[in-house]
Formats: sequence, C-alpha cells, structure tokens
Amino acid sequence: MQTAVIRFPASNCDRDAAVALEKLTGRKPLIVWHRETELPAGVGFVVMPGGFSYGDYLRSGAIASRSPIVQDIKAKSERGLAVAGFCNGFQILTEAGMLPGALMRNKNLKFVCRPERLKIETTDSRFTSKYEKNSEVIFPVAHHDGNYFADKDVINRLEKEGRILFRYAENPNGSVNDIAGIVNEGGNVFGMMPHPERAIDPLHGGTDGINLFKSILETL
Amino acid sequence: MARKASKITSEMVAEHGLSESEYEIILDRLGREPNLNELGIFSVMWSEHCSYKSSRRHLAKFLTKGKRVIQGPGENAGVIDIDDGDAIIFKMESHNHPSYIEPYQGAATGVGGIMRDVFTMGARPIALMNALRFGEPAHPKTRSLVSGVVAGIGGYGNCVGVPTVGGETNFHKGYNGNILVNAMCVGLARTDNVFYSAAKGVGNPIFYVGSKTGRDGIHGATMASAEFDDDSDEKRPTVQVGDPFTEKLLIEACLELMATDAIIAIQDMGAAGLTSSSIEMADKGGVGIQLNLDHVPQREPDMTPYEMMLSESQERMLMVIEPGKEQLAFDIFEKWELDVAHIGKTTDTGRLVLKHQGKKVCDIPISPLADDAPNYDRPHIKTEPRPVLLAKNVHETQDYNDALLRIMTSPNIASKRWIWEQYDRHVMADTVDSSQSGGDAAIVRIHNSNKAVAITTDCTPRYVEADPYEGGKQCVVETWRNLTCVGADPIAITDCLNFGNPERPEIMGQFVGAIDGMNEACRALDYPVVSGNVSLYNETNGQAIPPTPAVGGVGLIPDLHHFTTLAGANEGDTLVLIGETTGWLGSSIYLSEVLSREDGAPPPVDLAVEKLNGDYVRKLIRSRRVTAVHDLSDGGLAVTACEMAFGSGLGVALSAPLNGERHGWLFGEDQGRYLLAVDKNSVNPVLATAKAKGISAQVVGTVGGDRITAAGAFDVSLANLKSANEAWMPTLMSGDS
Repeated sequence: MQTAVIRFPASNCDRDAAVALEKLTGRKPLIVWHRETELPAGVGFVVMPGGFSYGDYLRSGAIASRSPIVQDIKAKSERGLAVAGFCNGFQILTEAGMLPGALMRNKNLKFVCRPERLKIETTDSRFTSKYEKNSEVIFPVAHHDGNYFADKDVINRLEKEGRILFRYAENPNGSVNDIAGIVNEGGNVFGMMPHPERAIDPLHGGTDGINLFKSILETL
Repeated sequence: MARKASKITSEMVAEHGLSESEYEIILDRLGREPNLNELGIFSVMWSEHCSYKSSRRHLAKFLTKGKRVIQGPGENAGVIDIDDGDAIIFKMESHNHPSYIEPYQGAATGVGGIMRDVFTMGARPIALMNALRFGEPAHPKTRSLVSGVVAGIGGYGNCVGVPTVGGETNFHKGYNGNILVNAMCVGLARTDNVFYSAAKGVGNPIFYVGSKTGRDGIHGATMASAEFDDDSDEKRPTVQVGDPFTEKLLIEACLELMATDAIIAIQDMGAAGLTSSSIEMADKGGVGIQLNLDHVPQREPDMTPYEMMLSESQERMLMVIEPGKEQLAFDIFEKWELDVAHIGKTTDTGRLVLKHQGKKVCDIPISPLADDAPNYDRPHIKTEPRPVLLAKNVHETQDYNDALLRIMTSPNIASKRWIWEQYDRHVMADTVDSSQSGGDAAIVRIHNSNKAVAITTDCTPRYVEADPYEGGKQCVVETWRNLTCVGADPIAITDCLNFGNPERPEIMGQFVGAIDGMNEACRALDYPVVSGNVSLYNETNGQAIPPTPAVGGVGLIPDLHHFTTLAGANEGDTLVLIGETTGWLGSSIYLSEVLSREDGAPPPVDLAVEKLNGDYVRKLIRSRRVTAVHDLSDGGLAVTACEMAFGSGLGVALSAPLNGERHGWLFGEDQGRYLLAVDKNSVNPVLATAKAKGISAQVVGTVGGDRITAAGAFDVSLANLKSANEAWMPTLMSGDS
C-alpha cells in the first residue's frame, strides 16, 4: 500500500509519521510538498502530520488548509480517500472543513506535553477496529491549541453517529465532551490531537498507537 | 565617508562601552579617527560578550582535546565522534540579560541562537536542554519571569520541532536582580560533513539568508556586557524578537544546501549580527570581506550602515558559496520562502570594506578586530575558605518527617513538572528518557540506530560560592556522574560561565577558582571542554549573582539494551550505596531548608574515587546487575531514595545509619556516591567485586511497599510525599502560596 505524508513549512512530525508508516507498511511513504497540486497516483492513505505549519500564524492550521495540495486531498477524500491528521494535522483538517469543529487554545492557556490516557469509544470504525472494546490506550499529547469545540448540534450528531473514536480519560485541554479524536461522516477522514505516531516503539512512548495504523491500513 | 562624517567625541566612545585606552588602540591601528560605523563595529567586537577580554587567558587553560574530540572551542559549537561516522555537535549559551528584561523573547531567542550555532555546523538539532536560575520564589518578579522564560523556551523549541528533554531550575535570592537562562542544543551530523566558519578564497560570493534585517537588538552584545541598574527596563528595545517558524525553514533549507557541495563556509548571525559573523569568517580564513549593504534584505526603509551592521535581528546566516553554485543556493532558499541575497565577496585585502549607496562607509583591517582584541589579566583574590562543619556540631532535627517534607517541597528539590510539561519532549520520536522520569540524564536515541546520547546539565552554585575551586570540580563531576547513572560513557562538556563583574577582584577570584577546579576535574576524568560561553556582569546595583558555572555533559550509550534510569527498581530489590558517607552537612540543603543556614565548606571532591566508583557503576549497568541507579547530590541519601521511589512507584525502607550521626547519614552531601537498586540475588557479587576494587559499597535498605521510611527517623506515605513534591510549583505559580 502506498501512503503519503504531506509536508508543510514547519511541519515537524512529518518524519515521525513517515517512520510509523514505514514500520507498519514495510514501504517508505511519499513525502508530498505542500505546493503540489495533485497527490501522486496510487496513494491510498494520507497523513497530515503534526507541527506548526506556517508558525501557527493567523490560526493553527488556517494557512496550511489553503495549500494547493489540501484542495486535491479534500476533493479525493470526498470520493473515499483515507486521511488522518494528528495534532496540527487535525487542526488543518478542521480548518479545511474536512472535519467539523475547531481547536481552540488550551483551557489553561499553556502548552501541554504528557502521556495521556484515552478511552476507545468504539471499535466500529476504520481507525479503531483492531483495538479491544472499551479499552484504554496511552498516546502522548503535545499541543497549545487542542481544545476541541463545536456547537451543540454538531456534538449531538457526532455522539449519535458514533463518530467520536477517542475520549480523554483526564481532559488536558478543555475539549468539549472530552473529545480527543473524531471521524467524518464517511468514516474515511480522521483527526485527533494526541500523537499515535509517537506510540509505536517500546523505547519511546509505548506501542499503543500501532493498532490505529493497523486498523486503517487493513481497510485499504 | 557616508553622509556627514561626524567627529567622535569621548562621550560617544564611552556610550559604546569602550575605555579610553581601548579607543587609543583603535586610533593606533587605524592611523586615523574611526567614523561612527567603524566605532560601532570595534565596540561590539571588543565587548566582553564577543571578545572574552576578561576570560580568554583563563579559558585557555581548559583541557580541550580528547580521543573523541573533532572540534574543540573556537567554532560555533564543539564536535565529538560517536562512532559509525556519526558526530554530535553541541553547545550551551547564556541569554541572561535579555531574559530578565523581556523574559519571553529573551529566552526564545536564546533557544533560537543556540540551535543556529549547532545547525550552522551541519547538524540536525536533536535535543534541547536548559539551566535556569531565578530569584527567591516570593520575590515579586519571580513568577512573571518564570512564566515568561518557560513559555519562551517552549514556544520556540516546540514550534521548531526539537524536543526539550531536560534541564535544571534553581531559585535563590542571589538571582533576584539577574536571572540566568542557559540553553543547550545537541545536534547530529556526519563526521565527513561538518561545516566550519573559515572563509576561503578570493572573489567567492557571500550570501545572506534568512530573515530580513531590522532595527532590533542593536547593541545587544554591549548590553550583555554591562551591569544592570534601576533603569534596566529601559533596555527592552535592545532585546531581539524571535520567529521560530523562520528558524525551522532555515534549518531545513541549510541542511538541504549542506547536502550539496555548495558551501565553503557558514556562520550564523548571533550577537553583533552581520559585524561579528563577517569578521569571524574573514579572520579565521585570513581573507578580507567586501559587502554592499544596499543588497542586505531590510525590514524597514532608510536603515543606516550603522544599524545594519549592529542589528541582532534573528534567524539570519552568512555563507561563502562555491562560485558557480549560486543558482543552486537561490533555488533552495526560494523553495523554503526565505530571503536570500548575494551581498558581497571575499577579498585578499585583509580588510572589512562596506559600501552603501555608492560610498565606502567602512574600511578597517580585520586582524585587530579579532586577534588584537583586548586581553586583560584582571586582578583576582582567592575566595576565603569557610570552616568545615562537622555533623556532630550541626543541630539534629527532632522531627524527621517534617524535615523530609520541608526538603522535598523546597524550591530546589520540588518537582518541576509545571515547567517541563510545557515543553514537547517527544517530537522526533527518539526520546528514550527525559525530565518526565526525573532521572539524572536525558537519553536520546540516534535515529535509526540502537545507540543513544545521554545529556545532562548541572551546577551547584552554593558550593561554588562557598569554595570556587571545589565547587568548580563538583559541577563537572556531577555531570559525569549523571551520565554514568544511565550507563553512558561520558565524553565531553560545554559550559556557560555565569559570574558578576570581572572588574571586581573578588568576582574575578571566583571565576579563576572555578575554572581551575573545573579544569582539574576535566583532566582527571579525561572529559574535555569542547564549547561554551562566558556571561559576566550579572550584577544589579553592585549585587552579583552566586557564581554559576553551568556545565552541560554529553555521553554515549553504545547499546540501548544496556541502560538504566532511576525508575527501574522492582519490589524486593536491595538498595546498595556506593561511595563513602561522612555526613557532610556544610553548604547542604539540610542546612538551608531545615536550619535556614548557608554556611560551611562544601563537600570536597576526590577525583580518583569519583572515577573508580563511576567506572564500577557503569560496568554494573552494562552487566545488568542493577535495576535502577541514581546519584546522591542535593539532600543526600534521603532525597535520592525518595526520587527513586517516585520514579518506580515503589516504597523504600532505609536501614539505620551504618556510621556517624543520623542527620548526616540521611542528608549529608558527600560526593562520589550512587544509590543502586539490585536484585537480591546479585547483591553478594556486587559487594564482593566492590570490595576487591577498594570501593565502598554497603547495603542501606530495600525496595517495596508504599511508604518511605528510615529506621528511627522518618516514615511517610510515598503517595502523599510525591503529591506534596509535585504541588509546590503549581501552587507557587497560581499565586496562592
């Protein structure tokens, strides 16, 4: 399976994401520059990596969401392309309108970096099918703007449609309903603030992230 | 000359921080009066910050060579060999004065500057550390300085995407008027692709890349070379503003260009900006430089040559490019949307010539600027030794539970979680251990390999103040011991020598004493200094900081199958103490936190014993005889045991003292000691081998349960003590204390 990681100016988890994808697919992902207008042919899964694209200027993810490559990814995702955004990648996906809601400044206004316990809300999704039902995982968080917010109607829909895949056990940032990760209506676009790509190695943050990658890769 | 050549008055000379005798030298070397641009250039190059005029002759004493040293002091950073063609490039630098005036930007640009020193040499930065000293917690400025500095360090490092993996934070009233912000960066390069700053050749193009030049930071180096007074806040405009986004692009663009063979020499524009970068490149290469300032990318119109040459705008680099490779450089920097300009060329004149709007605005010989900079042998007085305090003459607490709680919640021992949770410690996905474990040294894996570097920073200013020589030895040795604790071979150090006004003989005495002590330790341990900086004039209204020679140590863990942290102890393990305990309470945490005293001689360091003990501990780690290791430092055995318990989540039970007074046994700060957690089946061989080697090794307790106890002294709940230890800093920062 050919995968791709998008590189924006000041992406900084692009390498982490590439290492994770290579480890789990056995094949190096393509690194796609933000000015490209089209994804290379054959790419089945795209990761929007963490970082501080465009220095987080204006709003986190806002400028990156206007990049040429994001327009192509958005169009293809509407036809079923699998996309995951972690941290800044999640912010870009919400800014691009590919996922609902927005990420605001953390409630205590400070950057937070710590291993975070997350509850798997459903295993009935393309991104969590390999996890045990009702289990917990630990992924690191590292963000300043991770406070997920959406209006009541959107939250009600996310809840009702089972589109909240991960919830914080101890909410680090003030996210509404402890939301840590969500999918779009089609179930093919996923975003979360924690870093599953930093949890694939026993020497570095544990291995709880592996099943997330295995889940989505299996569906492709 | 440019515009109206203004006459240089003695007031102008003084405003530039130059002494009359220094100005006489300028007149002599030029054979004429300088113009204002030239005066400005001399003043920054001869500032303490750039010229090391008070410290140079003493720094020359340091051991700087070793079998793994590729590049010692004198370049942007030090370079060491870690096998397999890999090199580690590292340095620590101070940003004290700016951080006190404008904490966020001061600290942020400190991080940015030290990263540039490292990637300038061809390394990808892989880890950041910081050593911070603030005033007493209750001082009205402390909280805002802490929040600003921590936010600035995090704001910069997190955005650039380099993990901040460790550091140290002290509070003491001696820093009320001058905080210390020392940032360290460690980078990874290939030994055959290290870049240096010496310009070469004649007629080679000089490129400027990065941010535009603005009017910020003008005379920052001069500001950093003077004491503060009550009006120091007015110096805020001399502090630069950082842009980590540009820095990140600059790293990627420079590394991309470095992968080609287009760069002859490269130097970042740090203190004294375009002036020092161009002069250092020319001086090292023995060439001249001609710049056309009209081509310098400028942030605002009508900047004068004086402003452009003295600006300290951040995120800028100067390069000498291989002729014919200009287009390649343009293409890469334009891809990364950075300013890039061809602003001059190397010459064979040995002079710095600046042109602006068709006129020559500066024409001075380069060698006096660098080589002939003043080099003072300032008078120094040895610090008066303090009497040795014997434990039997020090009051013994009647309430050990209370004493332990006081120490574990004291400013220098309390958990700094509030700080390090604001730093991304995991980005780049190679952090094996960081501040998170509370361990002795951070461990960062070399990407795609099974080896790692261990990194630590240390200094015990109260020891250095009490006895600069012994304290200087201790700073070096503690880093060596910390690296040993995780199973690393210590390789080399960088240092940040923070002191008061060197024109006062007692301060100069501290400086010289500390260097001599450090150097002695470096030589005994074959542990050279490869980079560093000096920060003097850390004084306000005549009150100097405690002498603070912060040391950053780097070691190599050759195989990640063999390392330890303080957290690995298992239920039922035996605690073994390596090293002798006399119960040394002089200048100890027990004295300051329980008895409110800061007197007595600091613990002496026996370098031969340090080496013997450390080498043995490292051997035990590699033969998997131990499950956890932690060195004994601030607060002695009791604090070490508590920290080990916090790490593993298991209680500890310390036995009754094996010798001496109980308070000296538990809280004494004798050097050269380690606490090991050992599987009970390994205890006998560990003790026997130690005995055969002449090393003191004693069983001092066991691991297990949920309490922290010492026979006849304290008995407290691990969970309660840990939450008290972690609550101190959030309580302070919330303002409720």
